[in-house]
Amino acid sequence: MNDGDRRYGMETRAVHAGARPDPSTGARQTPIYQTTSFVFDDVEHAASLFNLQTFGYFYSRLTNPTVAVLEEKIANLEDGRAAVACASGHAAQFLAFFTLLEPGSHIVASRYLYGGSVTQFTKSFARLGWQADLVDPNDPDIVEAAIRDETRAIFVEVLANPGGIVVDLEPLVAIARHHRIPLVVDNTLATPCLIQPIHWGADIVIHSATKFIGGHGTSMGGVVIESGAFDWFASGKFPGMTEPEEAYHGLTFAETFGDFGFTMKARTVALRDFGPSLSPANAFHLITGCETLPLRVQRHCDNALEVARHLETHPKVAWVSYAGLESSPWHGLARKYLKNGFGSVFTFGLKDGFDACTRMVEASGLFSHLANIGDTRSLVIHPASTTHRQLTSEQRATAGAADDTIRLSIGIETVSDLIRDLDEALEEA
Amino acid sequence: MAGHDHYSDEALRSILRRCRTIAMIGASPNWVRPSYFAMKYLQGKGYRVIPINPGAAGHTVLGETVLGSLDELQAPVPMVDIFRNSQAAGGIVDEVIRLRNDKHFEVVWMQLGVRNDAAAQRAEAAGLEVVMDRCPKIEYGRLSGELSWSGVNSGIITARVLRL
Repeated sequence: MNDGDRRYGMETRAVHAGARPDPSTGARQTPIYQTTSFVFDDVEHAASLFNLQTFGYFYSRLTNPTVAVLEEKIANLEDGRAAVACASGHAAQFLAFFTLLEPGSHIVASRYLYGGSVTQFTKSFARLGWQADLVDPNDPDIVEAAIRDETRAIFVEVLANPGGIVVDLEPLVAIARHHRIPLVVDNTLATPCLIQPIHWGADIVIHSATKFIGGHGTSMGGVVIESGAFDWFASGKFPGMTEPEEAYHGLTFAETFGDFGFTMKARTVALRDFGPSLSPANAFHLITGCETLPLRVQRHCDNALEVARHLETHPKVAWVSYAGLESSPWHGLARKYLKNGFGSVFTFGLKDGFDACTRMVEASGLFSHLANIGDTRSLVIHPASTTHRQLTSEQRATAGAADDTIRLSIGIETVSDLIRDLDEALEEA
Repeated sequence: MAGHDHYSDEALRSILRRCRTIAMIGASPNWVRPSYFAMKYLQGKGYRVIPINPGAAGHTVLGETVLGSLDELQAPVPMVDIFRNSQAAGGIVDEVIRLRNDKHFEVVWMQLGVRNDAAAQRAEAAGLEVVMDRCPKIEYGRLSGELSWSGVNSGIITARVLRL
């Protein structure tokens, strides 16, 4: 029985969604379609494909059967209508915003964003004529005051990297609806296992699949998911969706493709013209990772809570910022929005500051010193001596990367081993 | 079909399997219009699609002569697909009800964005099956797996090879 009417649990969907047996070969695991191109049946078929009049593959810059399995899987896990995958989380943000914005458009974004996104928004996006204001997302008055006539999106990381900050989505949904603009939510750190932002009213969800979705630190990837619920015509603020597109002979995306028109436009204009496609091999690794996502996320979260609780009682530790701790100012919001756990990326501070942090990072035998997060392996970084070292002390503090701050991404190892290793490293610090 | 916010896959699959001839009201000869996309796709899947559009009557679209009204159809035509706005759909549905026995109509399908609950009630009372705010091309693509090629969530979980 192939019935889409049944409801399935997250674990079943993580394994099966999008990944039905290969229609041409019956292959049970998703094959890696390592090919740039697909032959046309005839000239008429080619014309139909180029005109978007039929569904099909022709060039892997736009669509590929392996990549499509990942796209449908993530769209399903997020309870979205459709998704487009691309080369990285940064590329996903670019595809989403290129599809929403025009030169002169404005974004209201959370000031609690991954540092790389802050740079992307304030430096590179600015060169395209897109302005961004970074504000406190948990103060609705400030968010409301930042909205302008040209604002075309509100953007937040619901569970922010790195500080264990949780964003209160409900007031933002109300503001976005009032202004008839989409709420765009990055769900990389929480994953759909902890929250499905679309259920709270998000219109577009973004993932760096490089992190928990892939989960093993093997492959870069990004995904943009569309809820299908945003009414582009009622908004009237997105001519790119509701007026004829010259590049496709006057096709109107929101009309022709309805509730997946945004995804179609992101794919057939932004992905086609800028080209940050996901490789089929990377898609395969991300799909394989996805199959165990709920299992891994649960262990990540359970381990992180135990490690955070331990660090909070350690004499050398000044503070721990983890939404799962009752001491966290975001614990209440975390309890409201997150199920199953509180994520596994958080920061803590050492009483002895910069030098103690660098000694601790170098002394760890089990935590890998690197810049990624969401790996099976536990990871550690001291932002002030690495990713943020070009900034002044004051700038680092503002960026949430103060001299005394260490970021951990807790893996799925045996938690007592992680705690012992941290204790030994703190001895040296 | 009770309720028009959701249609079961089973019901949609049954319609698309048995209604192989479709009268498409509002079919456009303009090749960038959604109706042209849908007609072309459905023809490619083996459906006969008969365009009806008084403004283009007598013209040929995708090899089919455009008819001026439902009256001109040769029975049997099991399905009428309405590419008009929700208000206009009301009068068209009444025409379908009037000609139901004559043309062997079984299903009235209103396109994406087209919904007229009062008309749907009249059609159902007359024994017609009604689908609203959906596209047969998109539903065919979803149920056959082709829509998934564009990253759309089909909602279909199965360990079997997917067929319509």
